[in-house]
Amino acid sequence: MIKVEWFYWLCGAIFLAVAVLTVADRTNAKRYGSGAFWGLLGAAFIYSTFVVHKTAPAWVLGLAVIAMALLVATGRLGRGTTPGPTRAEQESGADRFGNRLFVPALTIPVVVIIFAIGLAKIHPGGEPLLEKSSETLIGLGVAAIVAVIIGFVMLRPKSPLAPLNEGRRLLEAIGWAAVLPQMLATLGQLFVAAGVGTQVGRITKNVLPDNSLIGGVIVYCVGMALFTIIMGNAFGAFPLMTAAIGYPVLVQHFHGNPAAVFAIGMLAGFCGTLCTPMAANFNIVPAALLEMKDKYGPIKAQIPTAIPLLACNIILMYVLAF
Amino acid sequence: MLVLIGVLLVVLGFALRLNPFVVVTVAGIVTGFLGHLSVTAILNAFGNGFASSRSVTLFVLVLPVIGLIERFGLQEQGRRLIARLSGLTTGRLLVIYQFIRQVSSALGLASINGPAALVRPLIYPMAEGAAERRFGRALPDPMREKVKAFSASADTVGQFFGEDIFVAIGSILLITGFVDTTYHLKLDALNVALWAIPTAICAYVIHGTRLYLLDHRLGRMAEAAGLTGRTDRAEAQEAGR
Repeated sequence: MIKVEWFYWLCGAIFLAVAVLTVADRTNAKRYGSGAFWGLLGAAFIYSTFVVHKTAPAWVLGLAVIAMALLVATGRLGRGTTPGPTRAEQESGADRFGNRLFVPALTIPVVVIIFAIGLAKIHPGGEPLLEKSSETLIGLGVAAIVAVIIGFVMLRPKSPLAPLNEGRRLLEAIGWAAVLPQMLATLGQLFVAAGVGTQVGRITKNVLPDNSLIGGVIVYCVGMALFTIIMGNAFGAFPLMTAAIGYPVLVQHFHGNPAAVFAIGMLAGFCGTLCTPMAANFNIVPAALLEMKDKYGPIKAQIPTAIPLLACNIILMYVLAF
Repeated sequence: MLVLIGVLLVVLGFALRLNPFVVVTVAGIVTGFLGHLSVTAILNAFGNGFASSRSVTLFVLVLPVIGLIERFGLQEQGRRLIARLSGLTTGRLLVIYQFIRQVSSALGLASINGPAALVRPLIYPMAEGAAERRFGRALPDPMREKVKAFSASADTVGQFFGEDIFVAIGSILLITGFVDTTYHLKLDALNVALWAIPTAICAYVIHGTRLYLLDHRLGRMAEAAGLTGRTDRAEAQEAGR
């Protein structure tokens, strides 16, 4: 069986290689601090396998993560001056290869589709070929490998390290934002462990108007969105808002159709996800990937969609579920 | 109520534009202490949280190949391709892309990581190329930022409001799993997924309209920046190169 952990190790190996190249990069004024950051990240990726399997203590990993935060906080993370492709390089490459340049890029979605839809259903010898519920992630990993091989054979870069160096260029541009989503997932779990959710649920219950269907629908949907903005994902908000309002008020008291109430309630939460920097993987990482000056640019583009869409969800729930 | 101080810290930190990585770490530690967790429990939470959320960082695997083909002119080729498709403006391209992303997410391809695998190498260069065809290659930064922001948003909105139509996605499984065990209902996952369709249509109409209007918005920004539309001849030269 192909396991997703193999690809986490590959990812860890890339971070470790980036660490080595960074320490050797004399154009980076902060090469030791940066090397330490990427090195810690790579080691943490590999060590995590043992934490997930409960064969190694998690607090060691916790220390490593906080050490990474300290490196960022004290300004030790920097980037080298590896130049991006110049216009001349780009034009001569485009002249030579033309539309063939799209082949490696398009390989990625094609391979992912093959894995997610085709290979996911294959069970040689009664065991699934791909680890369950990680089919797309495995597909993404395999796609990356296939694409880099195609790209290398087609383009024949001068150095065998070229893919790694180019990957490092992009990764340095993203910087700490690459790990922010994982930090936020952690924060979400700490919020839950410390009882933040129960507190917010209690507050929401207090603003609920008595015996008003539209009032209940509005508090449930807006609450899902606001709570999602705080927690960074709708998954944390759903159990709490549903326990406070969704089930007791909308389903039990007003006899709403549970499937419709919960499906639309979850989507009301997604409207919150569009607006929050806490959902870093959807909102901050893309800004970093596109090397935007304003890291909140995507959020600003999404808020004017999120607000009318939340209103739509409220109307849809009121009309369709009751 | 004290535990909510952690939330306040996050809000303040983001509002003051402090480094989010540091803000989140500090808020996590503070929240842990206010919730009476021991130092070991807090460190364990950081460790377990990191280990169990590695999937969101797996997009890093595609960076080497994307960096490589960018070096050999991928983005330039994106511009040239779009230059030949003269009907395809920035806004129209993104309207089409959001449709593709939404439908493919509804078929179970939500977790492909659009920003790294699709937007950076393919969609953004074409969206920018279309704007450059219209306004010239010296696009002012605010216009580039706008194109980047809307390229990212087309991907995110498409994914969010497509994925819930797919039965085996995390959020649907969370709904049925939580509700069935807590309230002893028997919800059919397919039924829940079908109720996501009306919102999906609204999302496409609302965001699609805004993407479509992006062309007008860019036109206004260009006018304000003193850029005039390019002559047909310049455009033909660019396309015919």
